[in-house]
Amino acid sequence: MNTFDYIYLVPLIPLLMFLFLGFTAKRIKEPISGYLGTAGLLAVFILSYYTAYRYFFVDGIVDGKFQQIRVMVKEGWIHFTDKLAIDIGIIIDPISVMMLVVVSTVSLMVHIYSLGYMHKDTGFSRFYAYLSLFTFSMLGLVLASNLFLIYIFWELVGVSSYLLIGFYFEKPSAVSASKKAFIVTRFADMFFLIGILMVGYFGQSFDFMTLNSDSTISMINSWIQNHQIFSFLGLSIFTYALIFVFIGGMGKSAMFPLHIWLPDAMEGPTPVSALIHAATMVVAGVYLVARLFPLYYHIEGGAALRFVAIVGTFSALFAAIIALTQEDIKRVLAFSTMSQIGYMMMALGVSGFDEHEGLGYMAGMFHLFTHAMFKALLFLVAGAVIHAVHSNFMDKMGGLHKHMPISSWTFLIAALAISGIPPFAGFFSKDEILTAAFEYNKVIWFVGFLVAGMTAFYMFRLYFRIFHHKNTEYEHPPHEAPWNMSFALIFLAVMTMAVGFISFSEYVSADLKPFHSHIHWGDPLVIGSILIALTGIGAAYLMYYKQTEYPAKVASGFGKVYHWTKNKFYMDELYLFVTHKIIFDKISKPIAWFDRNVIDGFMNLLGVTTENLSERIKFIQSGRLQDYAMYFVSGVVAIVMIIIYFR
Amino acid sequence: MDMQNLLLMRDEIVLTAILLLMLVAEIIIPQKHKKSLVHFGLILFLIYTIQSFFPQNTGELFGGSYKTYALAHFFKAVLAVGVMTILLQSVEWIEQKLLPYDFTAEFFILIFSSLLGLNFMISAGDFLMFYLGLELSTMPIIALSAFDFYNHRSVEAGIKYVMLASVSSAILLFGVSLIYATTGSIYFEAISGAMHLPLLEIIGLIMIFIGIGFKISLVPFHFWAADVYEGAPTVISNYLSVISKGAAVYVLMTLLFVTFTAFQKEWDYIMYGIAILTMFIGNLFALRQKNMKRFLAFSSVAQAGFILLALLSHDELGVKAIIFFLLIYIFSNVAAFGVVHLISLKAGTENMDDYNGLYQTNPRLSLILMIALFSLAGIPPVAGFFAKFFLYSAAASKGYYLLVFIAVVNVTISLYYYLLPVRAAFLRKSENPIPSIKSDFYSKISFIFIMVGLLVLGLYSGVLEYISQMSNIF
Repeated sequence: MNTFDYIYLVPLIPLLMFLFLGFTAKRIKEPISGYLGTAGLLAVFILSYYTAYRYFFVDGIVDGKFQQIRVMVKEGWIHFTDKLAIDIGIIIDPISVMMLVVVSTVSLMVHIYSLGYMHKDTGFSRFYAYLSLFTFSMLGLVLASNLFLIYIFWELVGVSSYLLIGFYFEKPSAVSASKKAFIVTRFADMFFLIGILMVGYFGQSFDFMTLNSDSTISMINSWIQNHQIFSFLGLSIFTYALIFVFIGGMGKSAMFPLHIWLPDAMEGPTPVSALIHAATMVVAGVYLVARLFPLYYHIEGGAALRFVAIVGTFSALFAAIIALTQEDIKRVLAFSTMSQIGYMMMALGVSGFDEHEGLGYMAGMFHLFTHAMFKALLFLVAGAVIHAVHSNFMDKMGGLHKHMPISSWTFLIAALAISGIPPFAGFFSKDEILTAAFEYNKVIWFVGFLVAGMTAFYMFRLYFRIFHHKNTEYEHPPHEAPWNMSFALIFLAVMTMAVGFISFSEYVSADLKPFHSHIHWGDPLVIGSILIALTGIGAAYLMYYKQTEYPAKVASGFGKVYHWTKNKFYMDELYLFVTHKIIFDKISKPIAWFDRNVIDGFMNLLGVTTENLSERIKFIQSGRLQDYAMYFVSGVVAIVMIIIYFR
Repeated sequence: MDMQNLLLMRDEIVLTAILLLMLVAEIIIPQKHKKSLVHFGLILFLIYTIQSFFPQNTGELFGGSYKTYALAHFFKAVLAVGVMTILLQSVEWIEQKLLPYDFTAEFFILIFSSLLGLNFMISAGDFLMFYLGLELSTMPIIALSAFDFYNHRSVEAGIKYVMLASVSSAILLFGVSLIYATTGSIYFEAISGAMHLPLLEIIGLIMIFIGIGFKISLVPFHFWAADVYEGAPTVISNYLSVISKGAAVYVLMTLLFVTFTAFQKEWDYIMYGIAILTMFIGNLFALRQKNMKRFLAFSSVAQAGFILLALLSHDELGVKAIIFFLLIYIFSNVAAFGVVHLISLKAGTENMDDYNGLYQTNPRLSLILMIALFSLAGIPPVAGFFAKFFLYSAAASKGYYLLVFIAVVNVTISLYYYLLPVRAAFLRKSENPIPSIKSDFYSKISFIFIMVGLLVLGLYSGVLEYISQMSNIF
């Protein structure tokens, strides 16, 4: 297979761009670095779409099944044992190609948008360098052909996310947010690494295609049946390995309870939130589960997959509730992202495998795809609004519709999409998810159904309060975003309207075989989900279109519950309590004492002894030639004597 | 013996030719154009360096007195590159200090002859050639050490070096005659066949070892190093610490691995003890040095101790480790000395305390210094780490775990003092730091070349594979 040999260029271009911009960041001034970065990304964008075309329409499908193609860059990069080695390779299959399209599209739009958004920022070139680094890492993550490689890129996206969240490093809140994001995700990655090692140990490979093959799966399953591998609490160790891998994904994808970094990550520049914390990096966890889906589904009857479903469903609900009451528009969007990712996880969790059974898998991927478009759009509009109003808070906004019509219309499109109103993209994917969930478990379906209503409500609460609600007097009259920002908005809005009509199941499916799925318009499920969305929108309209007293009344009606949600269920405080009061005080402090006094003391003793010794012998180097000659000759004599004696 | 055979000595012939050309140039170039001698010398040496990379036949000449093989040829090329970088760094010094006294040509001629001597020493097939090469390499350096003749320290360095070098030569020659007395030959091959290990032979051997150990500055034969390095012009210290030391290690390695294999047990005892002594003494003295050149002198003593680790392994792995280490060591030390040289030339100081705040005024020089010292200390990902790593694995492969442990302890000590200049340059603030130094074109080339080498050599496995192809010298 040589058709896709060029594919290594896709991650390589942003890497070179990062190195170039990184090394010249101080020399190259504002517009040039932006144009360079954008041009590089444009090349990636074209290559990605070309790849998608070649894969989906020309070369990819053989005998009614999509092929998984592996392009080796270096075989046997690191060897552990004869069998277990890490290659550097690229995997091309429906989901990786789909992700290529997502990452390159959103990243290109963010690059273009930032030309306007980051205008006159002192760190302009640095920003583009980081963006390139992130894009490189994310493309690498998507294309990685084995678990270890994905782990490397996983950490790289973590680092670039860290750098970008802390982009305004003179702001203390940005610094602490970046640290929080890094530490929380690293904590999750610890499990991920353990999981990788365990999967590699039992599966005898890190390679996705080998791991996902029927032979590996049946081998492990037979071990489990014959009790040849250790099991704990009724589940085999391999299922735990998969759960550990998933915990890594939970960290990156902000699933409960590892979600706490995501709202804080909004300290980064808004285009970054759109790219990393809405469309690409945060869905890495979903992608990871999809990558290993055959393992998740087949091993031990899908025990690990049930865990995924539960975590996803709970996170979707949990985040949606919090999103109802947030005042900071970016935080609403952050929690909404978490909720939607929960949806995707739920979809994967409820999925079957063969043909139509794999509806959930397909729907999850579909939702990932559509969500990337409209959520990036939402963030970018939020950025434009923040840019115009100079505040993140809804209080400071209102009535912006007449000032910023393009932003308002594009936001409305995206809000309709996320709420699940046909014919916008979100409707199709969300509906497939609910259908899949309904077939799997009624409770999960019902939660998903509720979340759909809440989503519609909080999105329109946001929409009305930003663009209508009241006529706020602005110090500087807000104006529409410059052309480059507006272009990105309009492009994504068009995508949001168009992508729903892709018959996704023709391309992406769990068993790689295309199947047909279409919406039954008369189905009560479909009507129900449209109705609940409309209900949410209607409630939001009543409460927020004009300034009314309903919101305050509802808030006081819920009393304590309202405060709990507004404070995000005190999760941050809980974490602080556990880390500070328990881990720091009870565990770290005694260890620190031991380290400072016993270990350092010993080391200092060694250091002082060495110093003293050095002081004591310095007289030998007297500078007198006769001494040197004497030592020389005595050295000769001593060596000869020693040899004679010991011989 | 026809011309074809003589071409086996291509390196030496070209070197002799450019040496003579330099001599002629000195005579025919008129006084007012003397400056062009510098460029002339550089170009000549560049030609020599480039030719040293051309492939070379292997074989013997003069009935076995001279022999050449792939590894020797490669190592000569490495030395040529090392000398080339040193020459590039010294251009400005020559123009400032030597040109007014009309010593330019002498400088080049002396360096070239010294290198010629080293080449002969490397290719020697008997003790006569070996000794000639050794002396040919030493004599010019003695003269060069005293080249800063208006500085009494330089003269002192020259005197000390000549005295101690003659002591060591005497001992070496005594050793050779003892070997000749017992085996009846001065040819390495014949000696290796005729060994039957009487005590006299062993004593002879020890004396030869000490003669070479003097060049490598092993403890307790290292005392000259600090004084000579400090007093001699920095360029010469640089040459002494890398080129002549590197060649001596190479010769010691071939003698030990190829000729005196029968003595392996005795060698190993000596080597074990001297390695420990050298590492500790070198490190402990380096700890307290305030003068950068003395500091680097003791650091190079300690580094010599590390090399002995791989000399214990007696196999291809050891050869590979030593050659790779020498390659990296040459690069690192040339870089470190280069920075010290430049600062000493432009700012007139060699004191470590004056390096405080160097980073503010000379960020690039500070970075070069840092990378060079990191490489000497063996901090990944700089090449020095890999070099040390191979030394350890060579020693560990023969079961010398305790020695490797001691070496690691010493690396820890060395880390402390290698970081001292880095701390001075980067972390310490200074009221009046060394003013911003503009380095000349040639130094820049040399530094860029070395930096690329230091960063690439460790990570790019091609060089190591190339060395290991040639490592079968047994």
